[in-house]
Amino acid sequence: MDIIVENLTKKYGSQKAVDDISFRVNTGEVLGFLGPNGAGKTTTMKALTTFLDPEAGEINIGSYNTRRNPEQIKKHIGYLPENNPLYEEMPVVDYLWYTAELYGIPKSKIRGRILEMVHTCGLEGEKHKNIGQLSKGYQQRVGLAQALIHDPEVLIFDEPTAGLDPNQIIEIRELIKKIGREKTVILSSHILAEVEATCDRIMIINKGKIVADGTSQDLRKQAQGKEVLQVTIEDGDKNAIFQGLQSLKPVQAVDFLSGKPNGFEVQSVPEKSARRDIFKLCVDKGWTLTEMAVFETKLEDIFRELTMN
Amino acid sequence: MKHIWIITRRELGIFFNSLMAYIMIVAFLGFSGLFTWFLGSDVFFIKQASMESFFNIAYWTLFFFIPGLTMRLFAEENRSGTIELLLTRPVNDWQIVAGKFLATLLLILVALVLTLPYYFTIASLGDIDHGAVWTGYLGLILMSSAYIAIGLFTSSISTNQIVGYLLALFIGIFFQIIFGFIAGYTSGFLGQALDFLSISTHMDSISRGVIDSRNLIFFLSLVFLGLILTESNIQKNRL
Repeated sequence: MDIIVENLTKKYGSQKAVDDISFRVNTGEVLGFLGPNGAGKTTTMKALTTFLDPEAGEINIGSYNTRRNPEQIKKHIGYLPENNPLYEEMPVVDYLWYTAELYGIPKSKIRGRILEMVHTCGLEGEKHKNIGQLSKGYQQRVGLAQALIHDPEVLIFDEPTAGLDPNQIIEIRELIKKIGREKTVILSSHILAEVEATCDRIMIINKGKIVADGTSQDLRKQAQGKEVLQVTIEDGDKNAIFQGLQSLKPVQAVDFLSGKPNGFEVQSVPEKSARRDIFKLCVDKGWTLTEMAVFETKLEDIFRELTMN
Repeated sequence: MKHIWIITRRELGIFFNSLMAYIMIVAFLGFSGLFTWFLGSDVFFIKQASMESFFNIAYWTLFFFIPGLTMRLFAEENRSGTIELLLTRPVNDWQIVAGKFLATLLLILVALVLTLPYYFTIASLGDIDHGAVWTGYLGLILMSSAYIAIGLFTSSISTNQIVGYLLALFIGIFFQIIFGFIAGYTSGFLGQALDFLSISTHMDSISRGVIDSRNLIFFLSLVFLGLILTESNIQKNRL
């Protein structure tokens, strides 16, 4: 099922948590929401699950609309909310049974589904314990199990790997990738590496608006207009080299590198490269160019650039 | 209907797994038994084969116990955030409210059924007005329903169970005694209105073996009002 969001706006009081955003997620796609705290990720997800009533905008999931067919939409969504709320006083199996019943899974199939979920989410040893007794990581697995139990078409995970150890994180990422092949998945995260590793597409949200949308390569390309070089030039006066570099046409800014005695950071103007000019400059002036490296633009930098202002 | 029953069953399971149900039943039977048989104006003191002393004590024990049962039902879901899960399952708000209401009512029914031996014993001791006993029980059920609805409403207000309990008692005490008390000193339309709002007025007429539509309308309106307010509080989560 495809998710189509049109002009979604959600206010808390006078503050707009989500400000007129539109996007589409296709079946078989894993979309990652990135954004600083309070950017509107969770609010958007809550609106998708019909938990929140938006002020304006339409959300269609498959052929259903969140306002007109909430019951139908709820049936097709598996949802792991932020902070993973659970009934701590219930044993894992009872809780999954209760969830399965509410989703209308036929009685004859519930047992099989629970066993499958317990296996997929690695809960074999914990299935008869009360949820409150489990460690945070296992609770997170229970959260995933309850989201997956009715084999939903659409999955919405708000920070699915919070509280897991590195091994578990890798397992859960693999699981999400596997699910993502056939279903529509939206997940949110603070961890950029995680989004890059699990998602086909990344959407960066800031202050309720979408500021970037695309694959991680797309996002890199967008930011790569500005080339940043790290160069070391020896056999010359530091300040003369600095001024020389700054006088080059494609160079936008030059900075001394703090760690290295003759190191400089050179930022070129968008869409231009200063590498050739730097080399020629050194030849003309008789300086020795001992190092020139291109800083790879990291997703972190893109994220920072888009969300800091 | 199916969804209501699924929720009812879970809530009953929690009542019985957390000892709440056993504590409530044992305490209820203990108090009502003590005052029916041994203390105050008990059966032997008034020397009549009547359940009146039981109904009088049940009137007060239920008043204090029911908010204790209902206080958890929504406050805990609000506190832990599980209300969000519940509201994103394919059930509607009414099914959730009805399921929780029904679970508490069933628990009260179990407690009341366990007092039937009092009735059989008293009936074997002398001539008892059977009609008055059954209407008396019906009265307790109606009263319990009203207090459960009020308790659900106060539980849905906050994330704190104690607030839910105390607020339910606060609202309940008006219907339990204050309206009736003021009505005794007030005349005219206001007096009549307050008298109609007093649960004890309705319980008195019911326990005499007479139930008319006024009594039913009163209790059912309280139930509906409580449940409607509960549902609107749940809706507030979505804003």
